[in-house]
Amino acid sequence: MPLYHDDDQAMLAETASQFMADEGAITKQLRHYRDRDCPDGFGHALWSKFGEMGFAGMLVAEEDGGLGMGHVEAGIVLEEIGRNLTPSPFLASSVMAATALGAAGDSAKQRYLPGLISGESVFAVAVDEGAKHRPERIATQAERSGNGFKLSGKKSFVIQAVAADMIVVAARTSGADTDEDGITLFAVPKDAANMDQEPVRLVDSSIASHVTFTGVELDGDAVIGEVDGGRAVLNKMLMAGRVGAAAEGVGVARGAMDMTVDYLKQRKQFGKLIGEFQALQHRAAHLYSEVEIARAAVIKAQQLLDAGSEKADLMISVAKAKVAKTAGLAVQEGVQMHGGIGMTDEYDIGLYMKRDRALQEFMGDAYYHANRVAELSGY
Amino acid sequence: MSETAELASFREETRTWLEANCPTQMRQPVRDDDDVYWGGRNATFKNDAQQAWFEVCRDKGYTVPAWPKAYGGAGLNAAEAKILRQEMSRLGARPPLSSFGIWMLGPALLQFGTEGQKKRFLTEIARGEIRWCQGYSEPGSGSDLVSMQTFGEDQGDHWVVNGQKIWTSYADKCDWIFCLVRTDKQNKYQGITFMLFDMANQGVSTKPIKLISGESPFCETFFDDVSVPKSYGEDCPGHVGEINRGWDVAKYLLGHEREMISGMGGGERTAAIGPAMSRHAEKSGGPIDPILRGELALFDVDALAFTAMAEKFMDEMKAGKGHPAQPNMMKYVGTELNKRRHELMMSVGGSRSLEWDSDETSGGKPSRSWLRTKANSIEGGTSEVMLNVISKRILDLPGG
Repeated sequence: MPLYHDDDQAMLAETASQFMADEGAITKQLRHYRDRDCPDGFGHALWSKFGEMGFAGMLVAEEDGGLGMGHVEAGIVLEEIGRNLTPSPFLASSVMAATALGAAGDSAKQRYLPGLISGESVFAVAVDEGAKHRPERIATQAERSGNGFKLSGKKSFVIQAVAADMIVVAARTSGADTDEDGITLFAVPKDAANMDQEPVRLVDSSIASHVTFTGVELDGDAVIGEVDGGRAVLNKMLMAGRVGAAAEGVGVARGAMDMTVDYLKQRKQFGKLIGEFQALQHRAAHLYSEVEIARAAVIKAQQLLDAGSEKADLMISVAKAKVAKTAGLAVQEGVQMHGGIGMTDEYDIGLYMKRDRALQEFMGDAYYHANRVAELSGY
Repeated sequence: MSETAELASFREETRTWLEANCPTQMRQPVRDDDDVYWGGRNATFKNDAQQAWFEVCRDKGYTVPAWPKAYGGAGLNAAEAKILRQEMSRLGARPPLSSFGIWMLGPALLQFGTEGQKKRFLTEIARGEIRWCQGYSEPGSGSDLVSMQTFGEDQGDHWVVNGQKIWTSYADKCDWIFCLVRTDKQNKYQGITFMLFDMANQGVSTKPIKLISGESPFCETFFDDVSVPKSYGEDCPGHVGEINRGWDVAKYLLGHEREMISGMGGGERTAAIGPAMSRHAEKSGGPIDPILRGELALFDVDALAFTAMAEKFMDEMKAGKGHPAQPNMMKYVGTELNKRRHELMMSVGGSRSLEWDSDETSGGKPSRSWLRTKANSIEGGTSEVMLNVISKRILDLPGG
């Protein structure tokens, strides 16, 4: 398969680009909800439009009522989300939770998928338990109790949990904290008793929660996949989330770079456009190169994941690490080259810097994934 | 994706042919320059296997598989040529013949040459009979190549060429040179002719340049009243393209060179090095420093991402997509990455890698290779020139 978008994908990219530039624009969404101190951090009206466009259920299998598309397609939407900094539940709900629900039984699918596909429901995923992404260690416990389970523990960095109708929670049903086996995924509904949320606003204006479970009672239907055998589903969900976050990061990098290159062509100092100065030209050209490479790594990872290749895991970590470094460079160069106005809230370039920081952390930063590349390569 | 029946049977045939004809010795990685067969009048084979492999490929047109049969190639189409490359790399087969004729002059002649030139020169290249060198840079003309001054005076049926070239690869071992010669002093760009002539001509002399690596792959080449014929027979002029329009050919070739350099992304130059390096460290100096391991991991991220970029770049080129200036980006990143790779290899190697002529290092291979890579970002257009091109042609930034 060639490493570029085929005709259908190119058409989807055009549609998504147009849609996000119109509906998902910074003034209409990010600034609008931020400046109103919106408790959810995104607009539900836009989320319904994601449903109308077919985006919300694009990864859901056709037999389950979705479009049965792949991660290349989801990545196309995410790149546009990144370019426009559009706040939406797409990554957590349509990419991560949808991937987990693909492994769920019929009753969970029937309960949750129609709302996702139509853009009415919002789902969150609860993996991290500390300030860093360390899914190898899961301490949140689910003890057997009657026909079901009792869930206890604490999760962090649960994006949009406050608006979520259901949270996918990775918990331990047997073994020690760092065991590979003994993990089970649960679909925990929002009205579950003994679940407490402490929502916090993050630097990029998104809302994430610390979620505490103190004996949350769940019936057997809440289990996604196999009891004690949830690591495989969790890994699938993580791969989807990582490659998705990488795709959104490429969008952030491109958005910041385009804005900066435009600025170099407008701003005059010393009687010249600052884009005429070679010191800035070379930095912009270097940034362009890095963004192109990051993008290639992401497409390669998406294709491998869609093909079910064993190499996908390694390439996803390569892509996530490369994008984190590249988007980090893009936003820092962006603010620096904008000069003083780059530090003002009025200009959008700083918003890219904030979003990038949150996205770098989400699903593992560059250091986590570079380390993972070394481990997967046997050193 | 499944291959068509036709291509699948070509793959089968090719695999069988290679298994039968490629000597086992020729399935080892190239270690030294004398593992490479360059051809030419003075060529000698390192061993019988090298000779046998070259001759069997030459007779089948596999020294230049994608060139037409009429010029010594095998006339393979793009899909077939790709299959041959894949099957050769599956076997680890060495290229039977390497030369600047294949990489540089050949593509220029295929694009700009007359039928007579193609028949004669391409066939000689394909058969490994003539080894060519490239005369571009001059002492005063590096990045600013078009300022070159080697001059050819029109003497009716021939030119008289005077001047000096520098960085001529293996000029002391080559038979013929393709050379940029100024033929009009008034016109900077449209005053250069792309000439072809024999290095045995009177007045041509070469002097190897000793590099910081201790090796001398490049020469200074001097032209002192060299007589260059305007014709080598019917339909076979002594210059490629039109007189005074050699810059068009040179530009095409520079683009081709960058493409070639940048197209090597799948190979050794960019592959991940962490696994091999950490094994090496464990064997020679104890466990690898955690910080160095981290640097290796970050390098591998960049290297594997670049490998994906190289694949994407080739796919886009084949489909006629992608920006025409993209090879400049590939050249820039690929060469910088290779320099970084060798820096890390030196660090992993420790004091052993400093040895200059020990047997254990095959004569200082680590340090000499490390030094050699410093030229990667200078030759074929410096990194700085690449960045200039990207900023002007791709980002459309203003000025000069």
